[in-house]
Amino acid sequence: MTAMTPSGMRVGMDLVEVAQVAESVERFGERYVSRIYTDHEIACCRRDGRDSRGTTYAVESLAARFAAKEAVLKVLRPGDEQPAWRSIELHRMTGGWCEIRLSGRAAELATEAGLGELVVSLSHEATLAAAVVVGWCTP
Amino acid sequence: MNQEIRMTVEETIRGVLSDHGRLAIPVESLTDETDLFGAGMTSHASVNVMLALEDAFDFEFPEKMLKKSTFESIDAIRSAVAEMAGG
Repeated sequence: MTAMTPSGMRVGMDLVEVAQVAESVERFGERYVSRIYTDHEIACCRRDGRDSRGTTYAVESLAARFAAKEAVLKVLRPGDEQPAWRSIELHRMTGGWCEIRLSGRAAELATEAGLGELVVSLSHEATLAAAVVVGWCTP
Repeated sequence: MNQEIRMTVEETIRGVLSDHGRLAIPVESLTDETDLFGAGMTSHASVNVMLALEDAFDFEFPEKMLKKSTFESIDAIRSAVAEMAGG
C-alpha cells in the first residue's frame, strides 16, 4: 500500500508472517539470510542459542526487517528496477530504534525522487511482523 | 532448447512454485503467462522461489536478474533459466 499526499509525503507498509521467515531460515539457512540481510542486520538478529524452532536467529526480528525493506520499496517505487535487498539496511541505534540506511540503487532511487530521510516503525508479535515507512519528497 | 528439456525445465519450475510460491491458486491452473504476483506470490515467497530454483538448477542468479519481472510468470522464469544455462 502506498499513498502520496499533496505535501509530497510517501507512505509504505508491509506485513510478513513470521512462520514464513522461519521456514526460509530452516530450508535455505545462511544462503537466505546472507542474500537478504546486511551484516549489521544479521548481527542484530542472531541469538546466542537455538529457539524453539531450532534456529539461531530471532526470526520475528528478521521478519520485521523484511517487512521494512518491502515498505521502503513501496516508498521508492522502483518499478521493475528492484534494488538489492541488502541495499536497504535497518540500522539499530543504541537507544533501540532503527534508522534506514540506503546504498546502491536504492539510494539512487531516493535521490531521484527527492526523498530525504526515511523514518520507520517496526512491530511484531509471535505470528506477524509489520513495518511502516514514511518519506518526504522535495521537488 | 529442445522439447524434452523444455518440459523438464517447466516441470521443475512448476514444482518449485508449488513448494515455495505460496500461490492462491493451484499450480496446475497456471498458464505460462499467468502473473505469479497476481496469483498471490509475495515478495518474500519470490525469494524462496529464487533460492529453490538455484538449488534445482545448480546456479546462482546474478544481482541484475533479481527483479520482479524475472519471476513474474513461468515463461519469464524459463527465460531466466535458459539465460543462466547459456541457451
